[in-house]
Amino acid sequence: MITANKAALAILRIYLMLLALLFATAAAYRLPPGWYSTPISMAAATAKLLLIFYFYMHLGRQKPLVRVFAAAGFVWLAILLVLTATDYMTRGCSF
Amino acid sequence: MWTFIATEVLFFGGLFLAYFIYRMSYPEAFYNGSRDLSFWKGTLNTAVLLTSSLALALADAFMEQGRRRPFRICLLATAVLGAVFLAVKFSEYREMYERHLVPGMDFPPGVAPATQLFVFLYFVMTGVHALHMLIGIGVMVWLGRLEFRGDIAAGRHAPVQMFGLYWHFVDCVWVFLYPILYLIPHAR
Repeated sequence: MITANKAALAILRIYLMLLALLFATAAAYRLPPGWYSTPISMAAATAKLLLIFYFYMHLGRQKPLVRVFAAAGFVWLAILLVLTATDYMTRGCSF
Repeated sequence: MWTFIATEVLFFGGLFLAYFIYRMSYPEAFYNGSRDLSFWKGTLNTAVLLTSSLALALADAFMEQGRRRPFRICLLATAVLGAVFLAVKFSEYREMYERHLVPGMDFPPGVAPATQLFVFLYFVMTGVHALHMLIGIGVMVWLGRLEFRGDIAAGRHAPVQMFGLYWHFVDCVWVFLYPILYLIPHAR
């Protein structure tokens, strides 16, 4: 039972961190808008994603092969985003 | 399951890419579109979904220890929170329908074409996400049935673990949809 409670407590601790990140995101939105607004919200979202993947989806206790599989989708997504953005940025687009 | 999640990352990734390109091209119009959404509903839904992930993570941990009653309670809580999320989402859809901010309807005069594009992306992204949630709730009903029949127990609860990966991933998609749809800062 002690181990059971320990596991539940660890899960609760992660949940509190996730809520704190949500609060930080919402609070940052209430600040006057600036160059930092989007980076803050995206950094908080990425932190939430990492916490969920590492703890709730158990990547922390998985074999390296499983972690590589988990990262694979994001690597391909990064290729998609970077190459498309390069294309748009170098062809006289407005941004 | 992780291979399936990789395909899902790219599935949603395509939508995020379309969003990224158009937001960079029309920052002002996207800001205007975002103002039509309710900050509080978006924030509430994020909290609801994070709590549903907590309930499911607890359900998974309880099943691992063979504690069936807390498992049942947590699984039920996850499904109920999923339904609450969908209810808030549909109330928002309804609000937008009443204001004619739905693709396929005549938009009110003065809504710029690029803002209509934002509304279109909003409906596609949140709609596909809501569909994933509906499927997830259906799977939870099936998991509940398996548990009642005694087909899952400590040590042989792979369906719970696999479903956990799916549900937490869908949660992660929302974690990104929330800032990009509801929290667009005014471009200066």
